[in-house]
Amino acid sequence: MLPVLILGALVILFGGGLIFLVSFLGPSKPSAEKSMPYECGLVGVEKRDTKVSVKYYLVAILFILFDIEVIFMYPWAIIYKSNLAEAGTFLFIEMMFFMAILIFGLFYIWKAGALDWE
Amino acid sequence: MGGDAFEVTVNLVKMAVIFLMMVQMVPILVWAERRGSAFIQNRFGPNRVGPLGLTQLLADAVKFIMKEEFVPGKATALLFYAAPVVALIPAALSLAAIPYSVPVHVEAFGEYGPYVFNIQGYEAGLGILFILSVSSLGAYSILMAGYGSANKYSLMGALRASAQMVSYELALSLSVIGVVLIYGTLNLSEIIKLQEGVKFGLPNWGILYQPLGFVLFFSCAFAECNRLPFDLSEAEGELVAGFHTEYGGFKMLLFFMGEYGHMMVASCLATIFYFGGYNIPYCTPTEVLQILETKFASSTVASLLTSLVFLISFLIKVGFFLWLFIWVRWTLPRFRYDQLMNLGWKKMLPWSLFNLILTAAAMLILKG
Repeated sequence: MLPVLILGALVILFGGGLIFLVSFLGPSKPSAEKSMPYECGLVGVEKRDTKVSVKYYLVAILFILFDIEVIFMYPWAIIYKSNLAEAGTFLFIEMMFFMAILIFGLFYIWKAGALDWE
Repeated sequence: MGGDAFEVTVNLVKMAVIFLMMVQMVPILVWAERRGSAFIQNRFGPNRVGPLGLTQLLADAVKFIMKEEFVPGKATALLFYAAPVVALIPAALSLAAIPYSVPVHVEAFGEYGPYVFNIQGYEAGLGILFILSVSSLGAYSILMAGYGSANKYSLMGALRASAQMVSYELALSLSVIGVVLIYGTLNLSEIIKLQEGVKFGLPNWGILYQPLGFVLFFSCAFAECNRLPFDLSEAEGELVAGFHTEYGGFKMLLFFMGEYGHMMVASCLATIFYFGGYNIPYCTPTEVLQILETKFASSTVASLLTSLVFLISFLIKVGFFLWLFIWVRWTLPRFRYDQLMNLGWKKMLPWSLFNLILTAAAMLILKG
């Protein structure tokens, strides 16, 4: 854990430090036009808080649902091989029940149109 | 005493070296990408600055550094600055957890005991889970950039990119479960050790057991890295440049490092899961070590050279996958966004579930 945090700190220091140091090197000529949001040759009208399709939220929610199911499969996958001889069939059937529910859920959201993009 | 300080120093140096190697690889990959694309499109590419245009990288770096430091007026400065820095973290943390070669066994010298030097930043016990979880943090950087820039193109690009990344992450994690099933461990070094030797006259690599898993994993890796044909986040025809529309100069360079770092992680993982990691076909690390020990008196030197040989083998494999990334980018056209989401949810996800069930069933039938 500690090495990960140290490396993370190192990376932040590297990136942040270099952005800070490099900012002294370039020219600085601020202007009103330059600081406007980028737009293709027009004056920008839309604000940042523009309306976003609800589909993105839907994808995020579906992702969380399915990702949790996937995480449940990892412990099963680790013990599957070592217990194959004694409890292989049991482990397999148990996971197939789990998968059946998952696949039913996928099928349901598919038919409900949650996966359609126009 | 002394031992702890030594250990800490060695680990710090290793992590710093791996991180700097990643930073160093970026200009080389950019050069390979530009030359490669030129080669594919029947033109020359950068060939004026230095031999083969290699010093073009230096010129580019100077150009990046000398750019004006600029924040758009309405931007959230903290998010705007933090995003490129955060973009580096997932790639750097994952690359440090990857075993690049066989450990070097150093003989006892003086008062210090024998020492095992892993060619790896740190040993993550749950290697696969660690790398998968850390590399999915990349979505945060993109969202921060998109929201912080206060530009509708950036926001739309960021939303697209993050929706795409989370969609393909499902299929990616599911295809990795196939590998976990076969090897029964999450530890990357153990997975590589289990791929030693020969099976059916072929190298005993993961691709033999998971051909479908490899195709799914590698396709999802393209989507995770936001590379063509999945680079919908920066569809320049409609979104200017996606989430990094407002970025320029050095901050842009950091985004590049993150993206290429992500590609390196994906290539390393593809090599480890499906192509035997650092293993060389038809010869195991022990055999190479024995041959070298007869040639050199010191076992430390023999161990070091073995490690070097396998490091080169690993890098060749990773280099091939990196070239594949570049090759595909300049060969395939971009998807439309609805096609992309349909592919992710309606094809990749069911196929990876099928692959998982198939693997589990095959293991049950063949061994039980």
